[in-house]
Amino acid sequence: MALPYVAAILFLVGTIQRYRATGFKVSSLSSQFLEGRRLFWASVPFHFGILVVFAGHLVAFLVPSGILAWNSNPVRLLVLQITAWAFGLSVLVGLVGLLARRLTEPRVRMVTTPMDLVIEILLLVQTGLGLYIGYAHRWGSSWFAADLSPYLWSLVKLDPQITAVSAMPHVIQLHIVNAFVIFAIFPFTRLVHILVAPFHYLNRPYQRVIWNWDRAAIRSPKTAWSATRPRNN
Amino acid sequence: MDVRAQISMVFHLDKCIGCHTCSVACKNIWTDRKGAEYQWWNNVETKPGTGYPGKWEDQEIYKGGWEREGAGSIQLKGAGKAKGLANIFHNPHLPSVEDYYEPFTYNYLNLIEAPPGDDQPTARPVSLITGKPIDVKMGPNWDDDLGGSPDYARNDPNLEALTPAEREAMFQLERMAFFYLPRICNHCLNPGCVASCPSGAIYKRGEDGIVLINQKVCRAWRMCVTACPYKKSYYNWHSGKSEKCLLCYPRLEAGHAPACMHSCVGRIRYLGVLLYDADRIQRAASAPDGEITRAHLDLILDPFDDQVIAAAQRNGVPDSTLKSAQNSPTYKFVKQWGMALPLHPEFRTLPMLFYVPPLLPVMASVTQTDGAQKERLNPIAKTWTDDWLYDTSTEELWGTIEQARFPLKYLASLFSGGDEKAVAQPLKKLMAVRIYRRWKTVGDIDESRVDEVLKDTGLSRDSAEAVYYLTALAKFQDRFVIPPAHREQALEMLEFTGDTRGSQGFGFLERPERGA
Repeated sequence: MALPYVAAILFLVGTIQRYRATGFKVSSLSSQFLEGRRLFWASVPFHFGILVVFAGHLVAFLVPSGILAWNSNPVRLLVLQITAWAFGLSVLVGLVGLLARRLTEPRVRMVTTPMDLVIEILLLVQTGLGLYIGYAHRWGSSWFAADLSPYLWSLVKLDPQITAVSAMPHVIQLHIVNAFVIFAIFPFTRLVHILVAPFHYLNRPYQRVIWNWDRAAIRSPKTAWSATRPRNN
Repeated sequence: MDVRAQISMVFHLDKCIGCHTCSVACKNIWTDRKGAEYQWWNNVETKPGTGYPGKWEDQEIYKGGWEREGAGSIQLKGAGKAKGLANIFHNPHLPSVEDYYEPFTYNYLNLIEAPPGDDQPTARPVSLITGKPIDVKMGPNWDDDLGGSPDYARNDPNLEALTPAEREAMFQLERMAFFYLPRICNHCLNPGCVASCPSGAIYKRGEDGIVLINQKVCRAWRMCVTACPYKKSYYNWHSGKSEKCLLCYPRLEAGHAPACMHSCVGRIRYLGVLLYDADRIQRAASAPDGEITRAHLDLILDPFDDQVIAAAQRNGVPDSTLKSAQNSPTYKFVKQWGMALPLHPEFRTLPMLFYVPPLLPVMASVTQTDGAQKERLNPIAKTWTDDWLYDTSTEELWGTIEQARFPLKYLASLFSGGDEKAVAQPLKKLMAVRIYRRWKTVGDIDESRVDEVLKDTGLSRDSAEAVYYLTALAKFQDRFVIPPAHREQALEMLEFTGDTRGSQGFGFLERPERGA
C-alpha cells in the first residue's frame, strides 16, 4: 500500500522538476484554434463537471462531518447524490466528446501526444467507475465521508489504516488506485495547466507596463551602480 | 503629467505599391516556424476588401477592442475578467484557422521524383498542419487587388457606413479603385491584448512602448486573440503560446529599423518617438464616440515644449530619446502637419501606428451624374466619351476630394471613426502640397492660388516643402529616427550576467517546443 506515497512524491517532485526543467511547456495547449465547434460540446461539460466533482470529493475529504450532517436528511442526501451524479455524467459526456474529437479530427490528431491519450483514457475509466459506484453502491457521499475520509487522513498522518478500504468492493478499490495513478502521472501530462489557473487575473489592473530599469533612479547621480538583480525579472 | 516615450509608426498609403516585401521580410525573420506558418505579423490588404483574417474589422463577429459603457467607462467587448474567465474552457469568439487560412506548401519534390507517366507531374498543395493534400481556399492576401470583387470588396465591413446607392456608385466599373493597407501590431497605448491576458504574460515596455508577450508566462488561454481588434495577436497551435509582432525590438535596440520598414520598397514607412501623457490615457480611451480621434491625438505631447521636456526628464526619459522625439518623422506627420490618422480609433485601444490616408484614386475624379453627362455615356462600353473622365486638373480646389472615388465616408470609417472632417483634412493637405509642387516645378498654376491653398490647409511654403521632402526624398535616417537603446542598461534588463557567469550562455536553455 505504498502507492499513495509513491503518487504523492511523484506528484510533488515531478511537478517541481517539470516546472523547473521545462517550465516553458506548461500551457493549456488549447486546440480550439484548430477545431472549435466540437470542442465546445466537449470541453465545457468536461471542465465544469470535473470542477464540481473534484470539489465534492475535496469537501468530503476535508469536512466529512459537514457532509454527514447534510446527509442526515434523506431529501438533502438525494439532492446531493443526484447533483454529483449529474455533474459526473457531464464529465463523461465531455470526455467522450474530447476523445472522439481527438481521434477523428485530423488537425487535432496532429497535436495529440501519446500522453494526451493515456491521461484521457485514465480519466475516462475513472469517470466510468465513479458513475457506476454512484449508481450501484449508494450512498457514496455518506460512506466516503464516514470511511474513506478517515483513510485518506490516515495517509496524511503517515499512519495508513487500510482495513476500511480493503473491505470495500473491488470497483471502489480500483477507483482509488486509479486516482493515485492519475496523481502520479499528473506532472507528466497536460493536466499541469490546472496549477497555473489564472486566478491572479482577478486582482491585477488591466494594463501592465514593465520598466526594465527604474527610470528616475537611473538618472540620479546618487544611485550607485547596482550589483543586484533588476526589477521585473 | 506622466510623460512617456513611445516608438510609433506612420505608413504613407499613397506610396504603398502592394508588393508584400514587408510581409516576406517579416515572415523570413520571425514566423517561418511550425505553428507560425499562418501568422503574418505584417500583412498587406487590399481595400475595399475583407482582409486577413476575413472581415477582421467586424467586431460583431470577432468581439475585439473596447466598448464604451455609459459615462466614461470602457470594457473589453469579448474578454476581460468576468467574460474571460467564464469563457476560459472555450472561447466563443476565438477565430479558428479557417478564418485565417490553412497554411500550405506544395509538393515540389513530386515534380522531380514522379515516375514516368502520361501526365505532366504536378506539385499539389499540402496542408502544413496535417501534411495531407488540401484544396487551398484562402490565403493571407487572398483578396489581393480584387478591388471590386463581390466576395471580398463588397463584404468590406467599412461599407456599412455607406448607403446602398453609394456602395453601388463605388463599384461602378469606371469608378472602381482600391488601395493597399499594410498592417502590423499597433503597439497601442490602451492595448486590449494586455488587458485580456489572464496570465499577465503580455506587457507594454515602459521605455519604448513596445507590446510583447512573455512566452514563458503565456499559458494559451488565448484571450488576447479575441481582445485585439486588429487580430494582431496570433495563437501558435504547435507550441501552445500566442505570438505577435515585436517591432523587431532586437533590431531597434541595435539601432536598425524593423525588418518590414527596412525592406519597404515604396518607402512608405516612418518610425520615430512620440511623447505622450500616460495620465490621460484612460480619459482619451473612454472619450465619447465623435471625439475619440481628437482625444487620441491630444495625448501626444510637443517635444519642444519646456514643460514637457522637464516632465519627461523627471520621469527618466533619456535626453537622447528626447532628441529623437524632436527629430521624429512621426511627430511631424501626426501632430505638426496633422496628416496621419490612426486606423479604427473607435476600437479604443489608442493605436500608435498612424496612416496618411490615400489621395491617389481621388485625384482622378469621375463625378458627373447629371443629365448631360448621362448622354455622353456609351451604353455598351459603359464609358464616357469626353476627355475629363480622369480629371487631374486643379481647377476646383477641394471639389475633387469631396466627390472622391472613395467616398469620404468610407475613408472616415477606416481612419477616424466616421468623422469625415478629420479625414478630409489630411487629404486636403496632401493635395495642397501637390498643388504647391506643381506650381514650383511645372508652373501652370497661379502663385496666388497656391498661397490660397496653403492658407486653407494651414501649411506654409516651408512646411509644404518639408512634407514634400519627407514624402518623396527622405533618406533612411530621416524616415527612421531610432532612439539609442542604452545597451549598458539593456543587457541587464534581459539577464543578470552574474547568474550565468561560468555557464554556457543566455536565452532559451529549453527549446521552445510543445509540451505533453
